[in-house]
Amino acid sequence: MKFPNPHDVKSKTIPGTEGWERMYPYQYQFVTDDPVRNQYEKETFWFNDALHYPEPLYPFDTIWDEAWYLGLSQYNNRIFMVPPVRGVDHRIINGYIYISPVPVKDPNEIGSRVPHFMERAGYYYKNWDALEAKWKVKMEATIRELEALKIPTLPDIEALSVVNDAIGESQGYHLLKAYDDLINLGIKCWQYHFEFLNLGYAAYVFFLDFVQKLFPSMPTQRVTQMISGIDGVIMYQPDEELKRLAKLAIELGLDTVLASSQEWTAVESSLRKNGRGGEWLAALEKVREPWFNVSTGTGWFHYDRSWNDHMNIPLSGIATYIEKLKQGVSIERPTEKVRAERDRITAEYRGLIQKDEDRKQFDELLGCAKTVFPYVENHLFYVEHWFHSVFWNKMREVAAIMKTHGMLEDVEDIWLLRRDEIKQALWDVVTAWATGVTPRGTKVWPKEIGWRKGVMQKFKEWSAPPAIGTPPEVIQEPFTIVLWGVTNKSLADWSAVQEVKDPDSITELKGFAGSPGIVEGRARVCKTVLEVGQLQEGEILVAPTTSPSWAPAFAKIEACVTDVGGVMSHAAIVCREYGLPAVVGTGLATKIIKSGMMLRVDGSSGVISIVR
Amino acid sequence: MIRGAVGVDRQVGGALTTGSPLLCWLEECRKDSVALVGGKCSSLGELINIGVRVPPGFALTTEGYRTFMAESGMEREIKFLLQKLDCRDLEALEHTSASIRGVIEAHPFSTEMEDLVAERYRKLSVRCGIPAVPVAVRSSATAEDLLGASFAGQQDTFLWIRGINEVLQHMRRCISSLYTGRAIAYRANHGYFDDLMAIGVGVQKMANSYTAGVMFTIHPANGDRSVIVIDSNFGFGESVVSGEVTPDHFVVNKVALDIIDRTISQKELCYTVDLKTQTSQAIEVPFERQRVQSLIDDEITELAWMGKQIEKHYGCPMDIEWAVDKDLPSGGNIFILQARPETVWSKKQLAPVANAGASAMDYILSSMLAGKKVK
Repeated sequence: MKFPNPHDVKSKTIPGTEGWERMYPYQYQFVTDDPVRNQYEKETFWFNDALHYPEPLYPFDTIWDEAWYLGLSQYNNRIFMVPPVRGVDHRIINGYIYISPVPVKDPNEIGSRVPHFMERAGYYYKNWDALEAKWKVKMEATIRELEALKIPTLPDIEALSVVNDAIGESQGYHLLKAYDDLINLGIKCWQYHFEFLNLGYAAYVFFLDFVQKLFPSMPTQRVTQMISGIDGVIMYQPDEELKRLAKLAIELGLDTVLASSQEWTAVESSLRKNGRGGEWLAALEKVREPWFNVSTGTGWFHYDRSWNDHMNIPLSGIATYIEKLKQGVSIERPTEKVRAERDRITAEYRGLIQKDEDRKQFDELLGCAKTVFPYVENHLFYVEHWFHSVFWNKMREVAAIMKTHGMLEDVEDIWLLRRDEIKQALWDVVTAWATGVTPRGTKVWPKEIGWRKGVMQKFKEWSAPPAIGTPPEVIQEPFTIVLWGVTNKSLADWSAVQEVKDPDSITELKGFAGSPGIVEGRARVCKTVLEVGQLQEGEILVAPTTSPSWAPAFAKIEACVTDVGGVMSHAAIVCREYGLPAVVGTGLATKIIKSGMMLRVDGSSGVISIVR
Repeated sequence: MIRGAVGVDRQVGGALTTGSPLLCWLEECRKDSVALVGGKCSSLGELINIGVRVPPGFALTTEGYRTFMAESGMEREIKFLLQKLDCRDLEALEHTSASIRGVIEAHPFSTEMEDLVAERYRKLSVRCGIPAVPVAVRSSATAEDLLGASFAGQQDTFLWIRGINEVLQHMRRCISSLYTGRAIAYRANHGYFDDLMAIGVGVQKMANSYTAGVMFTIHPANGDRSVIVIDSNFGFGESVVSGEVTPDHFVVNKVALDIIDRTISQKELCYTVDLKTQTSQAIEVPFERQRVQSLIDDEITELAWMGKQIEKHYGCPMDIEWAVDKDLPSGGNIFILQARPETVWSKKQLAPVANAGASAMDYILSSMLAGKKVK
């Protein structure tokens, strides 16, 4: 397999984007002026992290990339001392992130890291549940702190209390501090994000690895089935709350009111006029915090608004469930069935193991994987959904102040600035406010932002190569293995699709077998969750990726196909629970498949046939 | 039973009164009937009795075989021919084999035995609803599966045999297959006595297969016991067994019975019966059908389910021949033609994947150190 040289890719600058590098941290650049770094970059294998970033990264949104660059790497390399691998290095080309795990090359050094790893990782594995309980306390405290954080506006005249209480600090100072606090809370939250994740993934990956060594042809989805239906996974909670609200609406005789409009504001005012509407609205208020902080995307980007931001989305979910209930269709998750099937499958595979020592190892690794599984799922709700949803809106408060002071034309323009540029700009605003002059940035930032918007548009049209550089012989970094499914097969599939010139000639797409079963039906391509309203009963959902906010869509569809994600991605997990076929991580499904096409989705072998 | 039969000069009537039949239906055979009907027939009978669909048929028992050999006086003649043979002389070996087989094949059964076979054949035809039903006549060796000395493919199988005279003739040809050059030499080299040998013969309705092939309840390439692997082509299984075509290939998850991998090949030829000569013949698959999946998904699932039952019954991975009969409606048309223990992987002593006494941590560490191969 041959992949392009990163510096060649980067050197072909898209016309009109010259100078784009200033939109991102300088250390993210592939370089030509530093021979040592240049050589390292050339010899390293970089793959496009399309799982997290299907779209080019906005300058501000780089914050979470930097946060995990640090978080993942420090836990691997400085805290748990994972013997054969350091951190994961990052680069950017045209807004697309390329990453690469950094191996420890010296065998002696690997050896000397082993005892540290055994002691440190061993401690976490051994005390997992107790430490996870502590984590939850830390995490919730951090989120509360974020929610309590005030972003002060700049008054023409400071409150008298500043004088009378001899406070000695201005709102200008507090604005600067609040911004720093906001950013620091975000970084802290991502410190916690990785506290358990590296080890969690390792336990999961190597359970998978062990079982597939015993059964080389066993599909990964069957292994993951063995750890399905575990208690304590909160990913389904937002969806469960919608079901509860749907039932309550029927109980209170409000079902027709809730189905009367797709606009939440209209429904809400009808509810207020209805005698029993108040009771339902009170129930709604109770579940909104925290459960409606679920993001409509992965939560990684400022444009991933939450249900709280877009009440039409949960409303449409509630309407779907009301309709199902009135048809007499069960809307409960088939938890008991999932567990029974999990236990049957586990017992049958276990029965096929020939050696006693292998059976013992299987039991131990399965136990370990089951222990880590809830965290691996639950951290997403705490960090990516709950924390992020609140965080983005706090940032919008900052943006509103900048807009008031003429630094931005629109609140949503803030995302085109790096977070250190925002800090600079706030200093400009605050000092100008204090001094009583016009901030210099009013003539700098709107112009720069206009230009950056054009650059982002061009970046979106650019098609990022899936991988660049020189592939290694082995990959040892657990995240790399699980999350991006970097295997021989996926790399070969990627390079195969790249070679096809005419997308209209493709009749077959391959991905990961996410959930078993075969279904034929019409495709419905939904690029975002806002489009799921178009889904018709019985269609096959084709999406870039899905997240918990997409949950109600699964009640309507026959199968699901995604561009990115492995067998542990949201779409695969939900489809397995509902018994729908899924093919995930196809790379290009939303580009090749059009709504209305007839598809045959084989979730057992991971093949999608397009009937043309 | 074999030992008891040595040197005993017996009459047909005598054999019947002792209770060992000369012929029996396949469904009367069991796993432990090898000494009576040979390995192949006993395993077919066993399959029928565990509920697997097998084409109906009957067997000439070893008792019938011995009666035939004894009545005819051929035993002495054969012994004489073998005594002067030096097995290292390959030419002589082939010559002696040909002589012995000629003697056996030329010798008629007694009228009494002919009548018994004819009666069974008539009943079988009635059962199948086809006058003079076409049958497969195959040898069923007693030593084959017992000693692990696989003679697979050495004893003859004759297909599309129709009419009592043809059936009798091919039964004799099966009996004579006990004396192929290789079989004689093998016995001489391993110290088996020829006069202790006995063979059964199976006569079984021909599956008029639309599609046929083989199935392993273990992955033949990697020994994975969690899958069932099926190779199939249109027509009779011969094209798959002989390797003349690249068959369609399906990998089925044994636990969940879903198809996890499929390769639809270009199948240029298949075997079908020539109705005039009642022989199977290779024909070209029409171009538009060459890339059509030869076994539909529901059939794959049903077949795999059968494979799983067979394996469960025998307690070891199995090597199975099967066919889908085109004369019968779907839901009752998949037949198992043969099932025997898989020999390659089952014999291998596989090293455990786990390190002895290792904890989950140890495994995680050692796997991390080994990493995942990319190239």
